[in-house]
Amino acid sequence: MTRRAALATVLAGTAILGALLAAFAIGRYPIGPSDLALVLWAKATGTSHGLPPTVETVIFGVRGPRVLGALAIGAALAAAGAAYQSLFRNPLVSPDILGVSAGSAVGAVLGIFLSQPVVVIQALAFVGGLAAVALVYMVANAVRGHDPLLVLVLAGVVIGALGGAIIALVKYLADPYNQLPAITFWLLGSLAAATPGDVATAMPAVLIGLLPLFLLRWRINVLALGDEEARALGVEATVVRTVVIAAATLMTAAAVSIAGIVGWVGLLVPHLARLVAGPEFSRLLPTSVAFGSAFLLGVDTLARSLARIEIPLGVLTAFVGTPLFLWQLVVARRSWQ
Amino acid sequence: MTVHHARRRAVAALAGGLLSPRIAAQSLREIRDATGRRITLPAQVKRVYAAGPPASVLAFAVAPDKLIGWTTPFRDAERPFVATKYADLPTLGRLTGRGNTANVEVVLAARPDVIVDYGAVTPTFASLAERVQQQTGIPYVLLDGSFDRMAESIRAFGEIAGERARAADLARYAEETIGGITRRVASIARERRPRVYYGRGPRGLDTGLAGSINVESIERVGAVNVAAELGTGGLVQVSLEQVLRWDPDVIVTTDPNFNASVRRDPLWQGISAVKAGRIHLAPAVPFGWVDFPPSVNRLIGLHWLTRVLYPDVFAEDLRPKVRDYYVRFYHQAPTEAQLDALLAGVPR
Repeated sequence: MTRRAALATVLAGTAILGALLAAFAIGRYPIGPSDLALVLWAKATGTSHGLPPTVETVIFGVRGPRVLGALAIGAALAAAGAAYQSLFRNPLVSPDILGVSAGSAVGAVLGIFLSQPVVVIQALAFVGGLAAVALVYMVANAVRGHDPLLVLVLAGVVIGALGGAIIALVKYLADPYNQLPAITFWLLGSLAAATPGDVATAMPAVLIGLLPLFLLRWRINVLALGDEEARALGVEATVVRTVVIAAATLMTAAAVSIAGIVGWVGLLVPHLARLVAGPEFSRLLPTSVAFGSAFLLGVDTLARSLARIEIPLGVLTAFVGTPLFLWQLVVARRSWQ
Repeated sequence: MTVHHARRRAVAALAGGLLSPRIAAQSLREIRDATGRRITLPAQVKRVYAAGPPASVLAFAVAPDKLIGWTTPFRDAERPFVATKYADLPTLGRLTGRGNTANVEVVLAARPDVIVDYGAVTPTFASLAERVQQQTGIPYVLLDGSFDRMAESIRAFGEIAGERARAADLARYAEETIGGITRRVASIARERRPRVYYGRGPRGLDTGLAGSINVESIERVGAVNVAAELGTGGLVQVSLEQVLRWDPDVIVTTDPNFNASVRRDPLWQGISAVKAGRIHLAPAVPFGWVDFPPSVNRLIGLHWLTRVLYPDVFAEDLRPKVRDYYVRFYHQAPTEAQLDALLAGVPR
């Protein structure tokens, strides 16, 4: 392990630990550090803590899932972003480049429009994300004789725009008093309502998506050299690309279906990670995962503590992300040259 | 609002050049709307276009036979509560403020004598009304949609539509309902007023801050809106942690999905309102009872809210009140089965 990678690991570990401690100690329901320790100890040893049951509900039912959800979603978006930036050999790519967010949003917005319960809204969001990317992939496969990456990105942009139009149409037709606010809130993204069930469903999808990225880390590296070079080195670009797209889509769709649209993480965090770990994907991936988790956990903690009402997560990631991104642009000119 | 019956030939001659010949041929009158704009109306208004859902409900209550269409189509659950001849009126779309869905040509083709909007009377809405009036040549009247002005606006609409008798009856109903409830609630001690959480959205985690139009009815009946401590404003998101901390005595919601899930969800079970089973889904057919559209439909919601929030003080049966209200305002008595459905969540 190089010094740089060691530094990255230590940095990321510290960041996550700090964010975790802060996240569990902060919230609208007042729980002191000693009460928190008491409840955790009681849970671990199976004894009684003697505090009101609501304290336990807050820790394990509300704050816990929210912390886990933020960690998982941050990791998913950052890993997907890092994989796409390597795959498309382009620093401006984020996980929604192939239309997954737009597809999920269409699914969720339709669910709200049809007054469905939350589980159905989430399921529609998940399926919508997968369907949009599948459509993009099929369109890109049908178009031959161009640069395959370019066609993929163009198809993603087009399907994304179509999704945007469908969302706008549904918003226009929605009941302005009940459905429109719900749609607007969903599109702004939030973990305010994350339940243990949400996390239990999203977590496996994120892990299943991370696994192939980890296993293919060397091949993804080679792919960044270009299709011809990769083939010369014995890596079949099309196969690797398909697997990476499928894995990233799975993770992002799972993330978006429980948190709504959370932008910036997938674009910004890989850049920050690259600053520390370098462009080599086998090191970039774990660092991105760690940074993404810490970043989203930190931002979500701000989202629920800065004001007395909830601040939409998607709004706050942009507010926090913009200065960070500009700062790293100034500092890190070298990383893409 | 002051209404002048100034059938001045001069105005008629002047307006004749701008408005359609049909109107110009009639005698005219001038009124002043809630924004202070002077508007020239035909003496006999026969066709009213309501520019938004609140105005639709007002127009339907006061002058159902002059309403020429709705802004949104009725849903299956709403339709049975409205007589077929009214429910089958065409959907013309809304023409109010942001998010128009109405095509101005469709509105023109429906030949309204007047366009009425009922809601906020800010300079924005006054200027929008002025623009539409200039574009279409149809007088556009704005009425004040606030709770305090409800009776006044009902009477003003009666003047416009030439339905003074029914408007007077409904305005009196509004005054008696609001006044009577305010008096009776005033006698309830502060500490006996429930702390209410108003949960909207599929997860029940959207709520209205103090002064928001969503919680106006709840505040009007003297209950404590727990979200008021966060400040004044509109609709916001809160976390479950926040709701647990508030620990409300009663939950009022408009969302059937949330109403069903909150009773089962283990995370909500620690809240006093859930433990006591005091979760109330506001009826919403044919128009919402507590929240939207903010129009005269909220009057019956006041009766309902006092019944569920102060069961000891407001112990009387809601059935005759609901029947009476529906006959007066919606022109059709609900069936016993419909009454059962509307009042399903009310403790006996």
